[in-house]
Amino acid sequence: MAQEHNLAIFRGTVKFKNNVQKIWGVLIFLSIVTTIEVILGIFKPDFLVHTNFLHMKLLNWIFIILTLVKAYYITWDFMHMRDEKGSLKKAVVWTSVFLILYLTALILIEGNYIYDVYQDGFIKWDF
Amino acid sequence: MDTTVTNATTGKVWGGGNQPMGASYGKLMMWFFILSDALTFSGFLVSYGFSRFKFLDIWPIADEVFTHVPFFHGNYPMYYVAFMTFILIMSSVTMVLAVDAGHHMKQSKVAIYMFLTIIGGGIFVGSQAWEWGTFIKGSYGAVETRGGRILQFVDAETGHQVALADFATTIETDRVQHEAKNGIWFESESAGTTYRLEEVVAGVQSHENILVRTETINAEGKKTVLDRLESLEILNQAVGVVEGANLIHNEYGHRLFADFFFFITGFHGFHVFSGVMINLIIFFNVLLGTYEKRGHYEMVEKVGLYWHFVDLVWVFVFTFFYLV
Repeated sequence: MAQEHNLAIFRGTVKFKNNVQKIWGVLIFLSIVTTIEVILGIFKPDFLVHTNFLHMKLLNWIFIILTLVKAYYITWDFMHMRDEKGSLKKAVVWTSVFLILYLTALILIEGNYIYDVYQDGFIKWDF
Repeated sequence: MDTTVTNATTGKVWGGGNQPMGASYGKLMMWFFILSDALTFSGFLVSYGFSRFKFLDIWPIADEVFTHVPFFHGNYPMYYVAFMTFILIMSSVTMVLAVDAGHHMKQSKVAIYMFLTIIGGGIFVGSQAWEWGTFIKGSYGAVETRGGRILQFVDAETGHQVALADFATTIETDRVQHEAKNGIWFESESAGTTYRLEEVVAGVQSHENILVRTETINAEGKKTVLDRLESLEILNQAVGVVEGANLIHNEYGHRLFADFFFFITGFHGFHVFSGVMINLIIFFNVLLGTYEKRGHYEMVEKVGLYWHFVDLVWVFVFTFFYLV
């Protein structure tokens, strides 16, 4: 059962000779990304912690973006999404991305609202 | 999977035997499951975010909570979780290699890679159990106030946290643990904490270098340390000693942090555990030659999807619990 694998990653910049090599290549990439995350998590550079971008620390933006990058490569290369048809890709990715974005936005806004109520409202929670 | 397709129906889209989106029935159903499970996990992580946003300026700092590495003493934030992440990614790699060997119908190679995957999963679950144990046992001990806030103790010179055992004074007491065999037979109590509240308070009063640290995060992103007078003052609000963490009390800070920690990593750990079990079943099937007879290793591919998904979830748990 010879299955066709798409062996190019990074939009075709890196091409692997066979599937096994691609797997190791992706592992190296994921390890580098994780190492960067861990180093940033341990040292927490001041300028990243104290710079805010769209109400969030720059450091947290970096963490979340790197996480999404890792998620992409796990799904695309380990779960072979790269080799599936476009309709399957969209059915899985669009559904989860839109639902999760919607859920996250609503719930976090609500959490922030309750934070404000605790601060400014007539509720005493630390007595 | 081309082997499961009956070619007779080619061209007749609505005639059955067709594969929607070019994926076999089993793989498609696995994707369905993964999608719904992904939404379950995002529900958990988002509710964690909700509670954290509610108590944004008193939330525990994960770096200060998970600082232990097995067999080593000292303060090593993040290292052990990073190790766990690598283990899980490695086991994901051996899983894809097993799937790849399956495509080439190499029975022994599939078996070896499946075995390595199971080992990796086992190490991960073991590490998680160890991490739970350390978290439940606690490291320094703290005091809880009437409002449920946690007060920790630090050394005034070094700024490091100090354990209750290092300063609490021992006060003799007649109070004994009430057991069901003495007195009212249907009532009993737990053994209680190593130090009673009055012992801790007396210890702070007699040690000039002990200060109280509150949960409030200051402008520098650190927990607030009170001065000596404030420290003695705030101890009047204390109602009990907390050692370690459980679903009700948490010496590291807000109790919801412990609740979410147990719930989310527990649910993920349960996924890893069931993944290892499923992998074991498939591993034995590979050894027995079930897929060799069947003519294809699609089953390995399907459990592989599940296994990678567990890895995928961990990537997010790692970010939102330990990093952000």
